[in-house]
Amino acid sequence: MSVIYILLSISICVALVFFVAFITAVKKGQYDDSYTPSVRMLFDDELVKEQSKPTIKTKKTSKNK
Amino acid sequence: MEQTQCFHCGDICKKDVLFFDEKLFCCNGCKTVYEIFSKNDLTCYYDLQAAPGIIPKEIEGKYDFLNDANIIEKLVEFNDGQTQIVTLYIPHMHCSSCIWILENLNKLQPEISSSQVNFGKKTVRVNYNPETTSLKKIVLLLSSIGYEPYISLNDFKTGKEHINRSLIYKLGIAGFAFGNVMFLSFPEYFEVNEFWLDHYKPLFRWLMFAFSLPVVFYAGQDYFISAYKGLSSKILNIDVPIALGISVLFLRSTIDILFDLGSGFFDSLTGLVFFLLLGKFFQQKTYTFLSFERDYKSYFPIAITKVLEGKETPIQVYDIKKGDRLLIRNEELIPVDSILINGKAKIDYSFVTGESEAIRKHSGDKLFAGGKQTSGVIEIEAIKSIEQSYLTQLWSNDVFSKNKEDSFTTLTNTISKRFTIYVLSIAFIATTYWLFADASKAINVFTAVLIIACPCALALAAPFALGNLLRLFGKHKFYLKNVSVIEQLAAINTIIFDKTGTITSNKKSTATYDGDLLTATEEQLLKNTLRGSNHPLSRTLYDILDEYQIITLNHFEEHLGKGIEATHNNDSIKVGSAQFVGNIQDVSVLNTTVHISSNTIYKGKFTFYNSYRDGLSRLFNQLKKQYDLVILSGDNEGELENLKKLLPAKTKLIFNQKPDDKLEYIKYHQTEGAKIVMVGDGLNDAGALAQSNVGIALSENVNVFSPACDAILDASKFNQLNRFLKASKNTIKIIKWSFVLSFIYNCIGVYFAVTGQLEPVIAAILMPLSSISVVAFTTVATNFIGRKLN
Repeated sequence: MSVIYILLSISICVALVFFVAFITAVKKGQYDDSYTPSVRMLFDDELVKEQSKPTIKTKKTSKNK
Repeated sequence: MEQTQCFHCGDICKKDVLFFDEKLFCCNGCKTVYEIFSKNDLTCYYDLQAAPGIIPKEIEGKYDFLNDANIIEKLVEFNDGQTQIVTLYIPHMHCSSCIWILENLNKLQPEISSSQVNFGKKTVRVNYNPETTSLKKIVLLLSSIGYEPYISLNDFKTGKEHINRSLIYKLGIAGFAFGNVMFLSFPEYFEVNEFWLDHYKPLFRWLMFAFSLPVVFYAGQDYFISAYKGLSSKILNIDVPIALGISVLFLRSTIDILFDLGSGFFDSLTGLVFFLLLGKFFQQKTYTFLSFERDYKSYFPIAITKVLEGKETPIQVYDIKKGDRLLIRNEELIPVDSILINGKAKIDYSFVTGESEAIRKHSGDKLFAGGKQTSGVIEIEAIKSIEQSYLTQLWSNDVFSKNKEDSFTTLTNTISKRFTIYVLSIAFIATTYWLFADASKAINVFTAVLIIACPCALALAAPFALGNLLRLFGKHKFYLKNVSVIEQLAAINTIIFDKTGTITSNKKSTATYDGDLLTATEEQLLKNTLRGSNHPLSRTLYDILDEYQIITLNHFEEHLGKGIEATHNNDSIKVGSAQFVGNIQDVSVLNTTVHISSNTIYKGKFTFYNSYRDGLSRLFNQLKKQYDLVILSGDNEGELENLKKLLPAKTKLIFNQKPDDKLEYIKYHQTEGAKIVMVGDGLNDAGALAQSNVGIALSENVNVFSPACDAILDASKFNQLNRFLKASKNTIKIIKWSFVLSFIYNCIGVYFAVTGQLEPVIAAILMPLSSISVVAFTTVATNFIGRKLN
């Protein structure tokens, strides 16, 4: 039954990973503007038909995923 | 008449329609922007939203000050020689097309490496290489496509703005701990005696203890600080019982697990803090695109052109000294009190007085800071420095440094005072009883009462009700600075209105005619004459007159600043100022007039009146039942008779009030117990707005600037003011009802506590249940109120 130690530590570790992810997201300012990204996301589709020069737009898509 | 819309800005094209690329444009500016976009493969701009554009303005020479390294240094956020980052405020940003084009600036100017929009704040953050481009070039680029940034004295500060995100961190920590503690305390809820469960009990308990540490000492610290502040100034605010509850919960639970008395109340503790912070977060809605703290600094330019020995150099406005010769271009603001040296001055004081009509000044006249030059270039000589100017001196009054919120006791705090006393007395009475009945249980009961009576639901009622109403008001274009404004609104008994720009609309659109009646042919000629003129009064008069057939004039001439002259067949007409048409007797200065003469015979004059906002009379009649109404105007008494007819008889009408007088008037009535709402618009009301209990700034366009205030109301919703006031009052009622609801829960809880039966599981059920039901009740009820606003 001492497997409970392993299980507990795994569960807490998983929780901690998400917690740290949340804190870093806040720290990077991802929650400062909750409106613009929702609009920006929709632009990517329209840009495909234009030239495929690496722009800020395409860079951003890979980051947001 | 067929109406054609400009492809770029969506305005209706009046005349001189331009065709380009099979598209219609209302002016050259719009066409140019389209050309820029189509050349750079950016026509996608028009696919996202129909006619999203803005007409670009002439800005020649306006941004020369951006060549100055000192000024650039103060504006940019980051600068290492290779890259500069600047955040520019763009008031025109309004749709998704705007976001798209502003984030694609690098396609227009490759030196810009990236740009990112924050739509809520209406800012764009541009990252560029200063070696190949410059801040001035970027600003000019933005202006050329219609997105002129607004750079004011307010931006002129060193150091970055610090964003406070601690509430989100605290909420995150409390939520994280709450979830984990719930999961760890679950096994013990069922009180089964199982060997392994007993074996690992201490481990689970100490883990819960560990999780609750950051909750108490970090996430909950604001409650302790606030309670301490309250106690040291002898106020029992709502945070006192909360802080008491949190500390008792923590101590009791720690002792419980230390001596193996029980599993403790860590689940309730973390849940309590989590819910409380959630409430705080919810009421913290801010309209980032609006500013409620503006003073003259956000109106004033950063730099101004100084003329020295025939040379023009940009200098910072703080460096303006008495005697400096300054050049003011079209559309620029006069930063200091000064004397006009040369040029045609036509000053628009609408920032200062709310009066939209531009005033003509002649060489040698005194000009006050805050006026905007509207025709051509003028040269002025400063007679004061910026801080000593008439307008800026108003801000040295100490009402501007006072924090209104501090002097206001919220409903929750009023209740909590009695609440705390009751809870403490119940706790002591119950403990005394148990000391005699069963002394071993006495401490248990004492702590249980404090735990269960912790006013979680009580503290949540107001944030959720007010926070929700704040959002609903926002949807109806009434933007509040914070939630306490709602409570203040519910308590007022006097409403004071400014006149110009507040109860009148900025456009003068009604006119009466005195004099000899015009014949049909004369009126036809008049209408056709006005058709050719772009003067605002001509446009207004043109709209008022009946429709006539269009005739071709034989001769048409506009004399700037005087009037228009036209002939058709054998008739001639003159429209304009009294002297221009040959009437020297008329000396009325109170009103705006346009005189007419036909075939050199004086006919009469049109007098223009302020047109009052729609529904003004009705609004005043609704309001008079519950409030004292006052009109406090900076204008002369020209409109007195008109207002008397329009408004209920007991409305006080006071004229010729200077900004200081308005402030003093409010101050005086406040000492007599009046709770005052001031509704104003211009900077001249700024003092009155700050002194009143609630200052509401009325704004034709919420994106342009309004003075420091507690709330901004869109002018189109002016006649709804009564509904907003009613909704505020009803919300206070809802909060009172939810207090009753939370007291019922507390009574149930206290029953368990005083009888010594409070198990952790009961607390863990009762506390979230009461909080959630209070939140649900207030949200549903305020939404119901919100529906009435429509």
